Amino acid sequence: MSATFGVIVFPGSNCDHDAYHAMAHVMNAKTKFLWHKDTDLSDIDFLLIPGGFSYGDYLRSGAIARFSPIMQSVIEFAEKGGPVLGICNGFQILLEAGLLPGAMMHNQQLRFVCKQTHLRCETSDTLFTRNIEEGRVLQIPVAHGEGNYFTDEDQLKKLQDNDQIVFRYCDSQGKVTEEANFNGSVDNIAGICNPQRNILGMMPHPERAVEELIGSDDGKLIFESVLDELAVA
Amino acid sequence: MYKATVNITLRKSILDPQGKAAHNALKNLGLKEVDQVRIGKLIELDIDADNKEEAHKVAETACSKLLANEVMEDFEIEIHEN
Repeated sequence: MSATFGVIVFPGSNCDHDAYHAMAHVMNAKTKFLWHKDTDLSDIDFLLIPGGFSYGDYLRSGAIARFSPIMQSVIEFAEKGGPVLGICNGFQILLEAGLLPGAMMHNQQLRFVCKQTHLRCETSDTLFTRNIEEGRVLQIPVAHGEGNYFTDEDQLKKLQDNDQIVFRYCDSQGKVTEEANFNGSVDNIAGICNPQRNILGMMPHPERAVEELIGSDDGKLIFESVLDELAVA
Repeated sequence: MYKATVNITLRKSILDPQGKAAHNALKNLGLKEVDQVRIGKLIELDIDADNKEEAHKVAETACSKLLANEVMEDFEIEIHEN
């Protein structure tokens, strides 16, 4: 039986169709949309929380979406070990829901940044990166105004010690530099996972990097990892 | 009825880029006396409670559960009788 991917749609999500396209048409995975009022995830094997501006980013990015009916089911799904990927606003929602530690602040230079970035894969020990060797540089675009990842020193140390930092902003050669850290994130963090390693939040958009035609297909490596994991699970 | 005035500010230890940008603009305006700018949010809640303490409790729950993100923000609550 093939795995079913679910893409959650909140009012204000705007990368949901990109995510659907990447998974259904490029990766040929069985994919369905889930409305934020749905609560039944029993036929879902992998959950994707897409980017966008859920609830208009009112109060703080992701703060209101966290109270959507589907989020309780997402928390239960994740606690049972179900794989969850939050991209951009999806990452912000995972932070607000407490599924990942930390918070997002406005980009340091206060501008919305939409550009191609380089990420260094820091660990292959997640189901999202099992096919990506450590140190490999991926080219994946970002598009956000609030992607300045913040956490206090104690929590940062935990992330480092537990190998929870999955992606860091770097230059094209894989060097983690201050210049590459365009939004001011603590420790150049672009993506982190939970201690159980089944939840990944990342600001860059792998679903927008699945076809050479539009600049890069490095994002496919993440979706391929997930599909391989689910095929053997 | 009570009115709660909630002040939400970025934690002191956190750099406030909006405040910094506004500070630079104020300096350009010639207001050299301004030494620091921090920008936050002001939220007003009308609360139906029996007494001031109860109203404060409601406002505190609202802040810690939703209105403020305590990872990066502090909040202060003032309760006034309406």
